[in-house]
Amino acid sequence: MQTGAGFFGSSIGKKIVMAITGILLVGFVTVHMIGNLQLYLPAHEGVYALDTYGEFLRTLLHGSGIWIARATLLTAAILHIWAAWGLTLMNRAARPVAYQNQAYVASTFASRWMRVSGVVVLIFIIVHLLHLTVGNLLPGFEQGKVFHNVVTGFQVPWVSAFYILAMVFFATHLHHGIWSMLQTLGLSHPRYNGLRHGLATLLTIVVIGGNISFPIAVLTGFVR
Amino acid sequence: MSAEKTLNLTLKVWRQKNAASEGGFETYAAPGVSTDMSFLEMLDVVNEGLITQGAEPIAFDHDCREGICGTCSMVINGRPHGPKERTTACQLHVRSFKDGDTISIEPWRAKAFPVRKDLVVDRSAFDRIIAAGGFISAPTGSAQDANALPIPKENADLAMDAAACIGCGACVAVCPNASAMLFVSAKISQLALLPQGQPERYIRVRDMVAQMDAEEFGSCTNHGECETACPKGISLENIARMNRDYLKASLIYRPKVATGGAG
Repeated sequence: MQTGAGFFGSSIGKKIVMAITGILLVGFVTVHMIGNLQLYLPAHEGVYALDTYGEFLRTLLHGSGIWIARATLLTAAILHIWAAWGLTLMNRAARPVAYQNQAYVASTFASRWMRVSGVVVLIFIIVHLLHLTVGNLLPGFEQGKVFHNVVTGFQVPWVSAFYILAMVFFATHLHHGIWSMLQTLGLSHPRYNGLRHGLATLLTIVVIGGNISFPIAVLTGFVR
Repeated sequence: MSAEKTLNLTLKVWRQKNAASEGGFETYAAPGVSTDMSFLEMLDVVNEGLITQGAEPIAFDHDCREGICGTCSMVINGRPHGPKERTTACQLHVRSFKDGDTISIEPWRAKAFPVRKDLVVDRSAFDRIIAAGGFISAPTGSAQDANALPIPKENADLAMDAAACIGCGACVAVCPNASAMLFVSAKISQLALLPQGQPERYIRVRDMVAQMDAEEFGSCTNHGECETACPKGISLENIARMNRDYLKASLIYRPKVATGGAG
């Protein structure tokens, strides 16, 4: 028997698309956070390390590097959302009548709110791009002056508050997502199963901790 | 074991005349039930009372009443088969409750498991998934010598653990997505781990997953509820194995072609 649905039409196929795009996106946010730690480096001869880094990324491979990265990330994000959309519709349809009384034991806030946290992350990405890539969210944006844009942006309390709040949602999404993608790709064995949640927790703390430190450092005047 | 006591319980039970009708909760008193009774025996007593009054008894599925048939599908206080771990409803005892408790009893809720009457659901979707590939093709004739096929002890144990699945549907019932992946992965694993299951291993996983999707079960989002609700302790590791096999099956799949004598 071979049904017409095929790999991408199947539940597990879509889950595998979620997991593989998830790995790409987790890799990106990790590298992104590490790169941004250059916010803390002192200026060298009046040039901020973050500005030099921004210039490096924009001119990588004669300027094509950034577009290759953008195309890859956009494709990954679209596929991730496409798979999530399909699976969500499937899961909603699978239980037309809800329980009057349902007691959860194993599931977590993070696992049950993946769709909500995912939408928050999507909104965050749009605001973040408008803020620091397109530059039309706040007045005073200067193309290429990354350090200036970051610091003046985070000096606005609501901007910092929005970033921190979004990161809290993102933390729950990452934590369940990292564990989940390992399970979906079949990486399960008693020998290392205990490490899967550990890895998810560690990566989440590193990425979210780093990201949240930026607005806090600006708000407290540590970076100015 | 503690001495027998009697409890006064209140039951809130889902009543539904047939598949087409709207259902609703009815409240019944269960006074003076013995703590030694099983949950189903308690329902039997309530039903005898209903029959005496000339009312329609509560319909529920039951068969072996010793925890191996997987028929007694009911969600008790929000948990399939009730609050006790690794216990079917028939093996749940009244002593697990307190005097004066109100207990809610609902049928499995899933599109793939339509309610037929009261607490009775149609679980034939599981049978169709098995029919799609949950078997091995064995030649007829005399049985070969025992131990002719070497099987690693670890695989034999894991296959046996997977084969403990009684197909009760608690995993679907508890899953926030009404996903059947724990059931399907157990039925795939019990064969994938053994040499007899190898010839059809990758066709099996494709066909059973396709049938699972066609039955309109949900998909796994890794909540892990199924593992905790399973009366036989089927592990999430089976779902990971199914995912691995499905990925491999998709990579090595060749559409059937009628050349070279392949028919």
